[in-house]
Amino acid sequence: MFEPIEVGSRSRRTFSAAGRILGALKLDGPLLVGIGLIMLFGLVVLYSASGQNWSMVFKAGVRAALGGVAMCALAQVKPAFLRRLALPLWVMGVILLIVVDVTGHIGKGAQRWLDLGFMRFQPSEIMKLAVPMCAAWWLHERPLPPDWKALFVVALIILVPSCLTIIQPDLGTGTLILIGGTLVVIMAGLQFRVMFGLAAAGVVSAWFAWQYVLYDYQKQRVFTLLDPESDKLGAGYHIIQSQIAIGSGGVFGKGLLNGSQGQLEFLPERTTDFIYAMVGEELGLLGATILLLLYCFVVGRALYLAVETQDTFARLLAGSISLTFFVYVFINAGMVSGLLPVVGVPLPLVSYGGTSMVTLLASFGILMSLYSHRKLVAS
Amino acid sequence: MKAGSMKIFSGSKRGRVRSESGGTGGNGRDDPRNFRWRANFVLALLVCGAFGLAYRAVQLQLKDHKFLARQGDARFSRVAEITATRGTITDRYGEPLAVSTPVDSVWVNPKELALASDQLPRLAKALKRDKTELARRVTSNLDREFLYLARHMQPVEAQKIRALEIPGVYLMREYRRYYPTGEVAGHILGFTSIDDEGQEGLELAFDHWLAGEDGAKRVIQDRYGKIVQNVEEIRAMRPGRNLVLSVDLRIQYLAYRELKAAIRDQRAKSGSVIVLDVATGEVLAMVNQPAYNPNDRDQIKAKTYRNRAVTDIVEPGSSIKPFVVAAGLASGRFDDHSVIDTNPGYIKVGAKLLEDRQNLGAVNLATILAKSSNVGMTKVALALEPAQMYGTLTALGFGQVTTSGYPGESAGLLPHYSHWRPVGISSMSRGYGLSVTPLQLAHAYATVASMGVSRPISFLRVENPPEGNRAMDAGVSRMLVHLLESVVAPEGGGKLAAIPGYSVAGKTGTAWKATAGGYATDRYLAVFGGIAPASSPRLAAVVVIDEPGAGKYYGGEVAAPVFSGVVGGALRLLAVPPDAPVNDDPTPVRQVATR
Repeated sequence: MFEPIEVGSRSRRTFSAAGRILGALKLDGPLLVGIGLIMLFGLVVLYSASGQNWSMVFKAGVRAALGGVAMCALAQVKPAFLRRLALPLWVMGVILLIVVDVTGHIGKGAQRWLDLGFMRFQPSEIMKLAVPMCAAWWLHERPLPPDWKALFVVALIILVPSCLTIIQPDLGTGTLILIGGTLVVIMAGLQFRVMFGLAAAGVVSAWFAWQYVLYDYQKQRVFTLLDPESDKLGAGYHIIQSQIAIGSGGVFGKGLLNGSQGQLEFLPERTTDFIYAMVGEELGLLGATILLLLYCFVVGRALYLAVETQDTFARLLAGSISLTFFVYVFINAGMVSGLLPVVGVPLPLVSYGGTSMVTLLASFGILMSLYSHRKLVAS
Repeated sequence: MKAGSMKIFSGSKRGRVRSESGGTGGNGRDDPRNFRWRANFVLALLVCGAFGLAYRAVQLQLKDHKFLARQGDARFSRVAEITATRGTITDRYGEPLAVSTPVDSVWVNPKELALASDQLPRLAKALKRDKTELARRVTSNLDREFLYLARHMQPVEAQKIRALEIPGVYLMREYRRYYPTGEVAGHILGFTSIDDEGQEGLELAFDHWLAGEDGAKRVIQDRYGKIVQNVEEIRAMRPGRNLVLSVDLRIQYLAYRELKAAIRDQRAKSGSVIVLDVATGEVLAMVNQPAYNPNDRDQIKAKTYRNRAVTDIVEPGSSIKPFVVAAGLASGRFDDHSVIDTNPGYIKVGAKLLEDRQNLGAVNLATILAKSSNVGMTKVALALEPAQMYGTLTALGFGQVTTSGYPGESAGLLPHYSHWRPVGISSMSRGYGLSVTPLQLAHAYATVASMGVSRPISFLRVENPPEGNRAMDAGVSRMLVHLLESVVAPEGGGKLAAIPGYSVAGKTGTAWKATAGGYATDRYLAVFGGIAPASSPRLAAVVVIDEPGAGKYYGGEVAAPVFSGVVGGALRLLAVPPDAPVNDDPTPVRQVATR
């Protein structure tokens, strides 16, 4: 094998050198490694899920690189600038959402994309970042816990974009925006009674949404979660198939490229929203656990960075970013394994799809910026 | 536990946050710890979430693994049928008469297809069907899992359907029966159902032989029903066996053409021709009119597909006379020199008066047959013991089904002699009061032709001719054949059955048709049964023409020429050496092909 002492010292030197470079780039080593491992894991699974389609893997790699660039760039930006950027970004996002809603209404169908000619992107993806930023910006200069007036404003900051997204209709992203913003408020120190009140309000608004806002297909998803067998070939098909795929994988899985449910196309959306089922089928409980542990590591490290930041804005935003990341994982994996209703939420860093990957990496860039610039802010 | 941590969290936070309230920018010193508290709380939720996911994974992949794995297998692992090909039917020389060609049928699982209802217009377009009608068929069968959309498509066309990759749409390999000879051998062959099962004729009779056994294999199928991999063979497919018929397609064609022409020319209702091989009992040709094309299902109607030669019974009229004479010869009371007095040209049996067409006077048996004397036949029949006549007719196969095995064969009708009365015996001697199938009649002529040996009728090629049973004395048969030659002689009633170059023995028959109120005197059945060459018989044939409507109606005028055409052509096709060379006959040899 190798000599432990010699290698150990050499690797320590290597690490310290790498640390210096990362420090200069305002990047966080452990977080970077965690993200990188998840993305690598994702590319391997994508290779199998796409039916060994190298061009898809290549495209995903390019997007990852693009996201990496965005991450590095954002890591250089000073938090003060981000703070100033929060409101304009939010306003711009809301305007774009309205544009999308209106054109979508005219086009009679789900409209989530904005075609810029050279590329298409979802304004709702911007909002995943803009809402926590804006909420953190609003709350950081208020007394904490926030008073009613502050809460009212922050509620507007959160609810306007999420409602605009839900009526697109895109329940998944809308919920994520709502959760991302709410996390900021919770971390800002909401009293127990206020939280209780909000929860009650949430229940009421959920009822309201059920009655007036949600589309039939969205309601159907909830029914289907409660009893997938009731609609075996309809909406329940996704849930049943993904559970079969995961369950048939067993402890060690069927092996990469050997998952019968996925490879024979019984598993729907296997490169995008349901890629977690591919992991479960081909890599088994072992693979799923490794992936979940990687996620936990990333979230844990991100939370650590959030705690280490020194001003309220940074802390609220960083905390929201790290927790939202976990919420993504939880919603996606929960949906695929039958714990939650089917909502269109990709598995972060693993699912095939452009905007989500770039947004996520950008948010990690912001997180790193908030952390690595802390001394400057503190002084 | 959740509620507890929440309490700790909110309680402690309230104190701390108060102390820093008023400060902007959140730079208070305890702020990080305060934040850490909240972070811890959220972390607890996070851990709960992570555990929830992990628990769910364990639940699915450990606890429910077996069940879900089985469910998964059930989705891609299918047992597919390997459709057995039906055996080919050929004529005696291997010419194909019925072959199976691969076709594909399109079927759907309406439950699956309903999910992809947006694809229905594409499917309808590919199938060239109306899309609303198609949608209605699918939605009205949602409780089923199997529904045929199109049967028997050309495989090339079917592949286009498969290429659409619409979930719930599948192809099934089937085989369609194709009959290259169309109408010509339709009656013998019968046909199969759309599911490839024998329905009529030899397709039905030999269904078990032809059908084979479907095999089964385990396959891996993707969501679109495409077979990705063959895993194992569960049951081997046994292809159907081929069937070689006794039919000689050349003679069959000839018989078909001659009969069709005769039916057309005589404006007859229907007709049959049967040609048997005397030495083996094989059916060399069997045709009926009206005919049908088994390839066209629209033509398949009982009226047309019925093999009249086997299933229909007729009163044979005078064509039965040779066998009554045979009984007479067998009794020893008559021989070829016997003279029977038919004066005065009529005879009264009971209350019934029978007449000959002309008073023949005292004549021998040859003349009685040649002129078809009713008086003479009555005298012969009444001179015999009923048991003697019954025995001879039974031995020749009348009143029983032949052993041909053809489905739906009729046994005919021969009343037992204990019921016979003189009037009935007299009727029977003229071919009334008993019913036969054309095949039975042909069989009887073949038995006489083979010197009294009755061989089972066979639709299959016979490799080793069976010994057969002796139905009558060889001497009697020889005598009878000789007597029957006089019928076809230039002064006989069946002279039109003569074949240049060959000697022919036979008997005409013209029967009134039985109707509800007795016998119709204006509707006839014209029959000719015969043997050739008479000196060393090879072929026996029967021609039946039902209700000729063009003026002529005697068997000797309507049926005999068909016999001449068919058997004459057959003898030449079989290269049978002529036994009666034509030396200075001015009339040219009648060419079969000119018809």
